[in-house]
Amino acid sequence: MQLSEKHQEYWRKNLRLTAVLLAIWFVVTFVVIYFAPQLNNIIIMGFPFAFYMGAQGALIIYVLIIWYYAHAMNKMDKEYGVHEGDE
Amino acid sequence: MTALTQSQFFQQLKKYYTFYTGGFISFVIVLAILEQMGLPSKWIGYIFLAATIALYAGIGIMSKTADVSEYYVAGRRVPAIFNGMATGADWMSAASFIGMAGTLYLTGYDGLAFVMGWTGGYVLVALFLAPYLRKFGQFTIPDFLGTRYGGNLPRTIGVVAAIICSFVYVVAQIYGVGIITARLTGIEFQYGVFVGLAGILVCSFLGGMRAVTWTQVAQYIILIIAYMVPVVWLSVTHTGNPIPQIAYGQVLKEVTAKEKELNDPATTLGAAEASVRALHKEKQLATEAKMKALEEAIAAGNADAIVGEARAKLEGELAELKAAPEPNGTKIDAKEKEIADLTGADALMAKLKKAADGAKKAAGPVPAHAAAFSGKGAEKKLLKDNPNATEAEIAAAKAEDEKASNEKRRNFMALVLCLMVGTASLPHILMRYYTTPSVREARKSVFWSLFFIFLLYFTAPALAVLVKSEVYNNLVGSSFASLPAWVANWAAVDPTLMKIADLNKDGLVQLAEITIGGDLIVLATPEITGLPYVVSGMVAAGGLAAALSTADGLLLTIANALSHDVYYKMIDPKASTVRRLAISKGLLLVVALFAAYTASLKPGDIMFLVGAAFSLAASAFFPALVLGVFWKRANYFGAVLGMLTGLGVCMFYMYNTYEFFGGVAANEWFAIKPIAGGVFGMPAGFLGVIIGSLLSRAPSREIQELVDHVRYPNLEGDIKAQAS
Repeated sequence: MQLSEKHQEYWRKNLRLTAVLLAIWFVVTFVVIYFAPQLNNIIIMGFPFAFYMGAQGALIIYVLIIWYYAHAMNKMDKEYGVHEGDE
Repeated sequence: MTALTQSQFFQQLKKYYTFYTGGFISFVIVLAILEQMGLPSKWIGYIFLAATIALYAGIGIMSKTADVSEYYVAGRRVPAIFNGMATGADWMSAASFIGMAGTLYLTGYDGLAFVMGWTGGYVLVALFLAPYLRKFGQFTIPDFLGTRYGGNLPRTIGVVAAIICSFVYVVAQIYGVGIITARLTGIEFQYGVFVGLAGILVCSFLGGMRAVTWTQVAQYIILIIAYMVPVVWLSVTHTGNPIPQIAYGQVLKEVTAKEKELNDPATTLGAAEASVRALHKEKQLATEAKMKALEEAIAAGNADAIVGEARAKLEGELAELKAAPEPNGTKIDAKEKEIADLTGADALMAKLKKAADGAKKAAGPVPAHAAAFSGKGAEKKLLKDNPNATEAEIAAAKAEDEKASNEKRRNFMALVLCLMVGTASLPHILMRYYTTPSVREARKSVFWSLFFIFLLYFTAPALAVLVKSEVYNNLVGSSFASLPAWVANWAAVDPTLMKIADLNKDGLVQLAEITIGGDLIVLATPEITGLPYVVSGMVAAGGLAAALSTADGLLLTIANALSHDVYYKMIDPKASTVRRLAISKGLLLVVALFAAYTASLKPGDIMFLVGAAFSLAASAFFPALVLGVFWKRANYFGAVLGMLTGLGVCMFYMYNTYEFFGGVAANEWFAIKPIAGGVFGMPAGFLGVIIGSLLSRAPSREIQELVDHVRYPNLEGDIKAQAS
């Protein structure tokens, strides 16, 4: 079947959202690890920052990324009329 | 139950599992009361083992099914939150439950690679795979490869890769089940494996995915309660704050200060440590001298005498152990294994090297818990040995430190990447997202999965630091005459987990006199905090739940790949439902028995193999799966080339660099350890798919429509791909 302009926009928006969230994932994981020895000099609530990110901070952000993606996409499905029927 | 609507079904599930959780808590309370009344701890172990396995069996039998869709994908009506719990149990293995906090205790920051790697992978699952696989809606991961790329070859490669990854993993789980059963009841490991096997089979055999799903939810509830109770209690007794994840910031600060004190010979504690370290140093030098002598003897061709001497010494020690007034079974077993392992000069050499490395490590300063990628300490050592070192010497030492630090960082990042991508490629996890009712629920379900996994993973670092503080403050400096009860108990029961000896004969405990095995941290926490034995039993039951649930998911993946992908899709597409399920169950039994047999042989490098499974899965599956959705041009030839090169490069790298396969570390590229070989396999896989696809014709119109179908949760006039 032929996809409408609207369908293609949906997919482009999805790609953009995926790219943005992936970039956040990359920064909190790999950029923080790369600069860990320097970032560990910053102390927050008793935790050296890079240690905190590895032990908890990054994990919290991962959970939020996935929550936001599910929320935004489920909403976008409805906007673009590609949502599934209610069970 | 089929008559229920989805929301009624959800309400009913909620009711069942609330009731179940209450039941479990009452069960533990009743046992605690019985313990106070004098029930021996051995009985508590038996009751826990019998009651939890009977419970899983009950759920398994209640969920038995003869329906194909129920058997393979639990009827595709598992609500997001329950699928999340099931995925959590599926995901968290014995290694996560028992080993994770221990790894963090022993390695500090460097151990966080596992915490990040095993959680961050779900971001990739959510963004790249789960919703699309759900829309595709078949039964297995090779199904997707077979349909998307056409032909039997991509499917076959997928089946082979899925079996390789899942099998080494399931062997490790059954091994874990054997160890926990042995610990819980005192029966021998070899029998423990088969008791555990029975526990695994009762869940999956009758009801396939449906039974596995509902037992996994039950297992998740047990394992999370079992993990949290001791940690929260430890946090309360230690800091007065019931939220360990917040409380341990302060504790970490104290631990860091203590580490400094222990490393400073000017303080009383530091001076005592230094005296013990000097003894370790002596031992290191003596062992290295022995290695040298052995090397010369090997070259001269008369190493047998030295090996014979070593064996005679061990046999003497064994006889002594056996002659003790109260022979200790664990110690005797360990000694017997030591003798059996001493097969020749090479084995002796490896043993000496391990001893020398251990002594060298013990002779060094305490590494700071939170420090990332610390170097070798070459500069410090130089300045200590030679205060008048020239600038050139200092610069050389600095460069050496920096090189070591950079290598550590590189390996850390490579490992994190492999674990993450591997998570997003392991078939037993991806398969779970076929079971939700819709794409929308699949997306939410990834969120719940990570949330439930996160609860355990962000507690583990807190537990590690709290126990470390306990050891530094209450064990170090105490007198050997009055060791804390938990230390004495564990040292007597299992010397591989707790070894303590007054090396410098000052009557006081120094940190360098304690050797702790990682698994001790989780297992001993209830005793450290003075909780009754029933909590220890509960922790063991939690470990058992973690191992059983993972093993179930893996076995089902292997059996389904063989029965659905190989038998039904390739050999006999006309097979009846009854026949398909019979074949599937038969295969499940065969695979389970074979895995249990392999585990009972106690393969030595099991932990490496589990890590390797992530690299292999990442190299084989990830490129073909992701490009299959995001790049319409990807085609048959590309997928075949990509999967084969990815898998090939990764296996080649491990083969060449890992000792077990006869490789040497000198073959490493960029000093990356073999466990992270996927970091080379993955790009090779991506390149393979891209080059292969561009070299051959674009996929057919039907395939391109299939990609569109997968991309949109609902398209008008769409094709239908889902298998009912």
